[in-house]
Amino acid sequence: MNTDNWIRTSGITIALIALMALAVLKEHTVQAAPSESSVTGTVKLEGTPPHQRPIDMSKEPSCAAVHKANPVATETVVAGADGGLKNVVVYISDGLSGPAATEVAPETPSWDQKGCQYIPHVMALNPNEHFKVTNSDPTSHNIHPMPQPGGPNHEWNKSQPSGAPPIDAAWQSPEVAIHVKCNIHPWMSGYMVVVKGPYGVSDDKGSFKLDNVPPGNYTLTAWQESLGTQTQKVTVAVGKPTSVSFTFKAK
Amino acid sequence: MGKLLAVTLIVIAIGSAIPILAHIWVPPADISTHGYQIDEQMSDTMVEAGICFLAAQIILGVFIWVFSGRKPGAKLRTFPGGAKGLVGAAFILVGLEVIILGAFGKKAWATIYFTPPGADALPVQVQAGQFAFYFRYPGADGKFGPLHPDKINEANQNIFGLDVDHDPDSKDDIVTAEMGVPANKEIHLLMHAKDVGHSFYVRELRIQQDFVPGLDLSLHFTATKVGRYEIVCTQLCGLGHYNMKAYLNVMSEPDYEAWIKQQASMQ
Repeated sequence: MNTDNWIRTSGITIALIALMALAVLKEHTVQAAPSESSVTGTVKLEGTPPHQRPIDMSKEPSCAAVHKANPVATETVVAGADGGLKNVVVYISDGLSGPAATEVAPETPSWDQKGCQYIPHVMALNPNEHFKVTNSDPTSHNIHPMPQPGGPNHEWNKSQPSGAPPIDAAWQSPEVAIHVKCNIHPWMSGYMVVVKGPYGVSDDKGSFKLDNVPPGNYTLTAWQESLGTQTQKVTVAVGKPTSVSFTFKAK
Repeated sequence: MGKLLAVTLIVIAIGSAIPILAHIWVPPADISTHGYQIDEQMSDTMVEAGICFLAAQIILGVFIWVFSGRKPGAKLRTFPGGAKGLVGAAFILVGLEVIILGAFGKKAWATIYFTPPGADALPVQVQAGQFAFYFRYPGADGKFGPLHPDKINEANQNIFGLDVDHDPDSKDDIVTAEMGVPANKEIHLLMHAKDVGHSFYVRELRIQQDFVPGLDLSLHFTATKVGRYEIVCTQLCGLGHYNMKAYLNVMSEPDYEAWIKQQASMQ
């Protein structure tokens, strides 16, 4: 066999394998495609965002060192340059029925403590969706979520020294929202939002996405930790992404 | 055997006095105008207690040496007045010692605690809460705004519960996580506890004062040496007590002015 032939043969073989792989993948996506749709959109902030107080972490030298170059501030309202509002939870507050209302997201999201901050600052969860609390700092933290007293979810307060294994936890019932603080570092603040059905949390640009929304008429609610909630009615059709936008006014 | 015990006792007593006499473990240098009185009182107490300790151990050793191995039935002299006389003498001796120490100590205590701060003392409020200290400066108006515990909110760092929208005195209050003070300036420290009992302790300042919830105490001191010192809580206050601390930053006057200006801009 001369060199040209050899190259040709191997080229054809590689192309065939690639085609087969593509076919398998294609088949897979076709099979997985449900009769559900997604809701996408953006959250904007109108007006000047309130002043965010810089945080002095001098009490905890290891965390102060992390933020020496880029000091961090409180995160009660985090808006981008184009007005995109971060950390807004969008969820279906009314209209869900059937399995979509009781389905638990399969992911196990992480709630990390890094540089004496909660990452993410806002986390959305389904009831009974497990999450992992991790500590990436060289110092101890104590995680203290505070659900409404007397409600179905119970307050807890656990210490997590540096290098300790992750804490596995879940919330039983929907609750908007559970404030989380660290008793050792009073500037640490975050929220867990427990809702039924699909949810989305807006990113730096204010964009969010709710996946696997069955067709139907819904009331969507957008929750922001200090600006409150907004609602909107939407109709979701099969296979057609629905676009929604929310605008919060700065107080 | 009795003689060996006597020697061992005396050796241990003298051995344990050596590191103290040799000043191996000395407290950090004093940086306050009042601290020398505390240090003098401490060393008086150490000398007095040290002499008593050594005397007691050595006398005990001597007694063991002299009276060990005595023949059964040998007659012993008793203390004049018997056991009652012995207890009475000890009572008077120890009582006098405590009263004399107390009388000297009272003087140091009174000059620190029972004198008012000077009229130009810089007021600084410190709030202790589980598990951090925060400080408040009154700003240009020299007045602290009122506290509203219901407005305390960690999420937006309203640590003291100020209402800047409604209280004009609170508007220019400066809240900090570190205690910055100018050197050689008297500080009037107003102490406020948010939740439980805490304590304000700075070794170098020779100050240790408890916070009592519901009782706003005050202290005054003058720091004389520029530097960064640890403020620690020395009253067990809960789970995070071990990590309850802040820093005292003693600065030169111009450095302090720059610092407080920078802190004001961060509010």
